[in-house]
Amino acid sequence: MLVYLPVAEVSVNAFVLIGLGGIVGILSGMFGVGGGFLMTPLLFFIGIPPAVAVATEANQIVASSFSGVLAHLRRKTVDLRMGSVLLVGGLIGAALGVGVFNWLKSLGQVDLLVKLCYVVFLGIIGSLMFVESLNAIRKTNSGSVPKRKKHNWVHGLPFKMRFRVSGLYISVIPPILVGVFVGILAAIMGVGGGFIMVPAMIYLLGMPTKVVVGTSLFQIIFVTAFTTLLHATTNFTVDIVLAVLLILGGVIGAQIGAVIGLRLKAEQLRILLAIMVIAVCAKLAFDLIVQPAELFSIAAGGH
Amino acid sequence: MLRLTVLFLVLAVPAWAEDIVLGLSRDSVQITTNFSGSEILIFGAIRRETPVPDGTMGLIVTVEGPSEPVTVYKKDRIAGIWVNARDVEIEAAPVFYAVASSAPLEDILDEGADRRHHVSINRAIRSIWARVTHGDVREFVDAVIRIRQNSGLYALDEGAVKIDGDTLFSAQVDLPANLIEGLYKTRIFLTRDGDVISSYQTDIPVRKVGLERFLYNLSRQKPLVYGLMSLAIATFAGWAAATAFRAIRGS
Repeated sequence: MLVYLPVAEVSVNAFVLIGLGGIVGILSGMFGVGGGFLMTPLLFFIGIPPAVAVATEANQIVASSFSGVLAHLRRKTVDLRMGSVLLVGGLIGAALGVGVFNWLKSLGQVDLLVKLCYVVFLGIIGSLMFVESLNAIRKTNSGSVPKRKKHNWVHGLPFKMRFRVSGLYISVIPPILVGVFVGILAAIMGVGGGFIMVPAMIYLLGMPTKVVVGTSLFQIIFVTAFTTLLHATTNFTVDIVLAVLLILGGVIGAQIGAVIGLRLKAEQLRILLAIMVIAVCAKLAFDLIVQPAELFSIAAGGH
Repeated sequence: MLRLTVLFLVLAVPAWAEDIVLGLSRDSVQITTNFSGSEILIFGAIRRETPVPDGTMGLIVTVEGPSEPVTVYKKDRIAGIWVNARDVEIEAAPVFYAVASSAPLEDILDEGADRRHHVSINRAIRSIWARVTHGDVREFVDAVIRIRQNSGLYALDEGAVKIDGDTLFSAQVDLPANLIEGLYKTRIFLTRDGDVISSYQTDIPVRKVGLERFLYNLSRQKPLVYGLMSLAIATFAGWAAATAFRAIRGS
């Protein structure tokens, strides 16, 4: 069934969009990532103009994250306090990121920088997670209990706060800095930033994996809502029909994903996410290095 | 899918021994939510004051969409990776251009006539960019034509015009699903021995209607309302899905 998208001005098969939304929704529910880093390139691939894809994807992430967060709230696996602290940083970061984005745009190389950002960050995070979770699985199999680091430099900072759900008593400075950093990257790369947020929470803040997913989703809702409004009011690139179709698949997928996530062990969850992140990174790097068949490309509009 | 709208007939001013009497299957194309491409059926007759003259007759129909500015990028290898190294801005490039003809174009249209009337894809597109088609900018213009031809936006369909008994003709021009709003300039050329002896021109408006029109206007005129509406739909959908799934699992 073909549907004409009013803002994107293209006709697309509705079932393809619902299906894509569903697959990305499952990943979102399982790993607590928004899925933007997968969905946005997929939308380019089926012919949605890039500007519309980025903006509309932000709107879809709001829906799937909200659906996911409700499921996590009921199981009490959301650290609202930590989420709020991260969010403060996230909104500051998003505002800064939009500034950086517009500055890069004026230099005319924003596409390349976005892609390089993807390759570098997906590469680093994917590899780190892969090695770490592989070690964790080996330790579990050999019977020894994985040791949680009790003290590092994070614990020496001032403004300590108790995060009961996460079982942490740490300074608010690291979570705010993590929020700012992720917010900047989220605005530049046009994604929710969960794939950076999740590992940062596990490895930098030392939060338990079960709480990390819900808390990340909680924070993503607000950052992507902010991004959606920004795109809708400045670039007019949010396509509501496209968003509804993606959401339809996405919200259902997120619920399924949350159930699957509960059945898998934390290490298995992390290694799956790591493999996926590395695969997307490899594809993007491949496209940058191999000579394209068509050297020219057309973008609507002037400078 | 919209079916036939009003049919209208226009009489061309008789200035030649032969001229075109035209009908269109529709005087406008409406884009609705389930729009999946469309076709314009063009039919008509050739009116003659005199007996059928000698020489090869040809009929050519062109449909040209509205023009938009585009930026064309060329990639080059810098430090091992392929980046957009050069770009050229083209002020106006038609979003759509289709040529339908009764025979292979070179058999019914000679160079001179093509140059005067800008019929073939190359001539029509280049005439618009006459000021920029010099030097190394040419490869950027070629790229636009090549890319749009590959994606079916610029199309040549030789044989799409059917001539019946030297007098009646019909042509079908397919419009793609990713149609842009605007006036689509339609031209019809009658040729004898490669020269244009009569031509006719009309505009077919393409516009969004109903929900498509409403959403598009809202997104432009009240972007904040539109943005908040998008967010409201997203949040509601998220809540509805979570509630529905809890109900399913609970029962």
